Amino acid sequence: MTDLATLEAQIVGAIGTASDLASLDAVRVSALGKTGSISGLLKGMGALSPDERREQGPLINGLRDRAQAALATRKADLESAALDAQLASEHLDLSLPAPPRRRGGVHPTMQVMDEMIAIFAEMGFAVADGPDIEDDFHNFTALNFPPKHPAREMHDTFFFEANAAGERMLLRTHTSPVQIRTMVSQKPPIRIIAPGRTYRKDSDQTHTPMFHQVEGLVIDRDIHMGHLKWTLETFVGRFFETSDVVTRFRPHHFPFTEPSAELDVQCDRTGGELKVGQGQSWLEVLGCGMVHPNVIRNCGLDPDEWQGFAFGMGVDRLAMLKYGVPDLRDMFASDVRWLSHYGFSAFAAPTAAGGLS
Amino acid sequence: MKFTLSWLKQHLETSATVQDIVEAMTMAGLEVEHVEDPAKKLAAFTVAKIVSAEQHPNADRLRVCQVDTVDGRKEIVCGAPNARTGLTTIYAPIGAYVPGLDVTLVEKPVRGVVSNGMLCSAAELETAEESDGIMELADNLAVGLPVAEALGLEAVIDFEVTPNRPDWLGVAGIARDLAAAGLGKLKDQSVTPVPSTFSCPIEIRLTAPEACPVFAGRLIRKVKNGPSPDWLQAQLKAIGLRSINALVDVTNLLSYDRARPLHVYDAGKLVGGYIEARLGQGEESLLALDGKTYALTTEMCVIADGSGALGLGGVMGGESTGCSDETTEVFVESAWFDPLRTAQTGRATGIASDAQYRFARTVDTGFIVPGLELATKLILELCGGEPSEIQVAGQAPAAPGPIVFDPAYVTRLSGLSVDAATSLDVLTKLGCTVSGTGSALSVTPPSWRRDIEGKADLVEEVARIVGYGALPSTPLPPVNATSSGVLTPRQNRARMGRRALAAMGYSEAVTWSFTARKTAELFGGGSAAVVLSNPIASDLDCMRPSILPNLIEAAGRNAKRGFADCALFEVGPVFAGDQPKDQRTAITALIAPHAPRRWDGGAAEDVFTIKSDLLALLDELGAPTASLQTVQGSASPWWHPGRSARLQLGPKAVIAEFGALHPRILAALDADGPVYGFELWLDSVPEQRRKSKARPGYEASSLMPLSRDFAFIVPVDQIAGDLVKAVLGADKVLINGARVFDVYQGTGIEPGHKSVALEVSIAPKDKTLTEAEIEALSAKIIAAAQKAGARLRV
Repeated sequence: MTDLATLEAQIVGAIGTASDLASLDAVRVSALGKTGSISGLLKGMGALSPDERREQGPLINGLRDRAQAALATRKADLESAALDAQLASEHLDLSLPAPPRRRGGVHPTMQVMDEMIAIFAEMGFAVADGPDIEDDFHNFTALNFPPKHPAREMHDTFFFEANAAGERMLLRTHTSPVQIRTMVSQKPPIRIIAPGRTYRKDSDQTHTPMFHQVEGLVIDRDIHMGHLKWTLETFVGRFFETSDVVTRFRPHHFPFTEPSAELDVQCDRTGGELKVGQGQSWLEVLGCGMVHPNVIRNCGLDPDEWQGFAFGMGVDRLAMLKYGVPDLRDMFASDVRWLSHYGFSAFAAPTAAGGLS
Repeated sequence: MKFTLSWLKQHLETSATVQDIVEAMTMAGLEVEHVEDPAKKLAAFTVAKIVSAEQHPNADRLRVCQVDTVDGRKEIVCGAPNARTGLTTIYAPIGAYVPGLDVTLVEKPVRGVVSNGMLCSAAELETAEESDGIMELADNLAVGLPVAEALGLEAVIDFEVTPNRPDWLGVAGIARDLAAAGLGKLKDQSVTPVPSTFSCPIEIRLTAPEACPVFAGRLIRKVKNGPSPDWLQAQLKAIGLRSINALVDVTNLLSYDRARPLHVYDAGKLVGGYIEARLGQGEESLLALDGKTYALTTEMCVIADGSGALGLGGVMGGESTGCSDETTEVFVESAWFDPLRTAQTGRATGIASDAQYRFARTVDTGFIVPGLELATKLILELCGGEPSEIQVAGQAPAAPGPIVFDPAYVTRLSGLSVDAATSLDVLTKLGCTVSGTGSALSVTPPSWRRDIEGKADLVEEVARIVGYGALPSTPLPPVNATSSGVLTPRQNRARMGRRALAAMGYSEAVTWSFTARKTAELFGGGSAAVVLSNPIASDLDCMRPSILPNLIEAAGRNAKRGFADCALFEVGPVFAGDQPKDQRTAITALIAPHAPRRWDGGAAEDVFTIKSDLLALLDELGAPTASLQTVQGSASPWWHPGRSARLQLGPKAVIAEFGALHPRILAALDADGPVYGFELWLDSVPEQRRKSKARPGYEASSLMPLSRDFAFIVPVDQIAGDLVKAVLGADKVLINGARVFDVYQGTGIEPGHKSVALEVSIAPKDKTLTEAEIEALSAKIIAAAQKAGARLRV
């Protein structure tokens, strides 16, 4: 049956020389289309005798299968080549810049506030807050500053003009008024911190008219200075992320605590860089003490029943110490270069698992 | 305040070093600021003798000296005219740092002769302001003796006194605390009265006991005033005080030694035979000892005689009765002035004298007459004379009363394990009188410790003298789990908002809570209630009504530095008034878009960028963004009137405003536009009330969602939002979204109209929709749009 062999050679040859999908399809139609050569043969089988069909059938079917397979192979090759050609034409210079995207950041003061909140949250402190514009009672009188006392002068208070009621509002000089607001509105036991903005009329490299504090207050029946010491030692160790931090409690005076203390941290200042946990210098970190019985009484509690401690620390200052910020005023200048240099990633929220910094 | 070790040793028997004392002071509550130790600073400088001084071969004014020094004999070139054979002076070796010249000595030839060191003047050692030639010392000083020892220079301790401890403003008071802390033995501080020969001829009148309740005085006749003896001059000079004359120096000495300010009047100049402490009479003035004239108000305590005001009581004396070398009769005042009034007078006059400082902090009411006796004794020693009897007018304020004290309270409040005996010992050493036994002791503080008012104060005294170093470290008792977090929902939202905006590319700024009043007025603020009466600067005199102006100014400043592109935000307070309810927390952001030019021609940021970020932020905060109304035309006047809007849940529930800033506002704040921003009031975002942590049931349809596009013709001024709202309302079950994808105006659209094309998303609920059903839905959509004033574009 040289006819079939010739036909097959012819078809295979045509498939092989089809240079694109269109000419390949023309080959398919000429062989396997309605009027195609192989289709004709298949159709013609009906007219054959059973013997001839038995003989011719497999041959013709075989020819059809091989032609289909050859077409498929060739089609895949041509498609692949076409895709390669298309991809080659789609070449892009990827050294070109992508659309610009700004990198944002969290301000170091706010980052450090989050760190402090995380540390104290682990110790069971809730977060309280109060208004920035305070009255004399909450900022001074209730905190045991007698009227006209020189201790008030040391606070460099910003005042507003007297209002209709004759009351002179002021900008809180510390976060301690939140102690009063908490003790007045909440029954002990109390364990809170109060972060927030505070204001004093002062401006130089280490003072700005606005700054941030975190206040702490613990009131219960048997809280003593030893608890204060543990709490702050624990805080300082966690905050500076060193286990061998050495602290020192030093007597001091605040009208609203008795006894009062300042906490120093041992540090090394040689070489212009501050290292906590080594060295011979002391760095004042915060003020603290046992809440003055008068303050407890001013909040309607009995100081013979309830006692506890309070502390207050400068957030910006601790941020500067921890992250090596040289000038406090820069913290509030909103210079984009500074913000990008000292800012923190949005995703760097301090956690117990991920570490504080 | 300052003192020297030798001054302290006048009151304290101790072998402690300066370092020990500084340490003990710190741990007793005295904050040492600085120790100036000449022995350390001048350690390199020692006594030397010039063996021979010969003319320099090449220089007229120089001498080549052979000098016996601590390092042996040295050849030293010296230019001082007094460099002569046999002179005992001070030698500095090569390598020494000379403070007065700010140089470190190096070996180098001076006009051909090598100088092996330097001979020093007092100015070069900074022991004198200026000097004429090298030091000339006593010949009996041994070669090699350190200069600090040769000159008797002492360490000066400079420290800060907290306002509760006026007794520490005298060296004797510090000695008492250091003795209690175990640093030495307190010397007898008692004062022996001086015999007097006649009664005081000058009457003391007190007409304002509220300002000056007690006034003791005495006349001393036949004194001979003049320069103080060397020891007194040196003692005052060591702590930075200028010697005036013996009478005045005695008062200064006692001010620093016993915290007892006194005043001396030249009695020869007193008029009328009396001296009076009264209030100022207005229309009155005083030429004070500082050479300035002060108006005396009716609030001030004035010392006067028949001629008028002589001084400001407890603050400063006057020129008219000042003591000079010609003074032969002196009236010495030892009074007690009301602390608050003295503090106020100090503020009003700007006078911060040693006396004012002490009286304002309360002077010992028990040392009024003894102080006068001690002053008399010193005056008699230095100036001679005959003292009158002491005259005391008025009565000193009552001494502190007894405090009921249970020694167990020390442990209860401080946690220290201190037994009762130790506590009582400390309190006694500090001057308290203790009586009674057991748990109901009666402790009376000394007259100089009016700050001790209750039992907690007594605990502090014991704790600080025993030492805070002994405090235990006691863990806080565990509290019931705070597993749900410690932040309130609002605090948590501020935190999430901060991190969300930072992630979107905004940099967090922290700016002042105050601004200029005229700026505040531009942003709807500036009411009198929020204007500071004593601002730090005139452009920071008003609480901010909005964070926007601060961020706009920051963008302007950054642009002026060459960084025009910025995206800033702040989370902080804004103030509508001076009451707590007037303070709100705002989250405010702005973009000043100056992004780099793009090769691919990408679109610039515009007001829709800020809208997108605002909505993304609101989603993060859990705000009901789907129910928010975008209301245009009613946003605040600092926005571009056509490119700003409010986001609100209702007219009284405005959550945010956003838009482009008004060009006039930008110009007023010195910033270039365009600037886009938003302000979001955190307190207005409703809190989600979910009873359970579990999310609502999950319903995901297995049916394929489909979408259909519609284009409508609407009048140009109709906002697309209304059309979208109408379409969404056409079938609230099937339609779950409608989004504008094209807005077209121009050819093919009649003038005054625009075409708005929407893609409407349809989510079949329980069965696939048939063509007929989709057709019916489309008809509902078109009908709803028509109701809203639109017609289908065909």
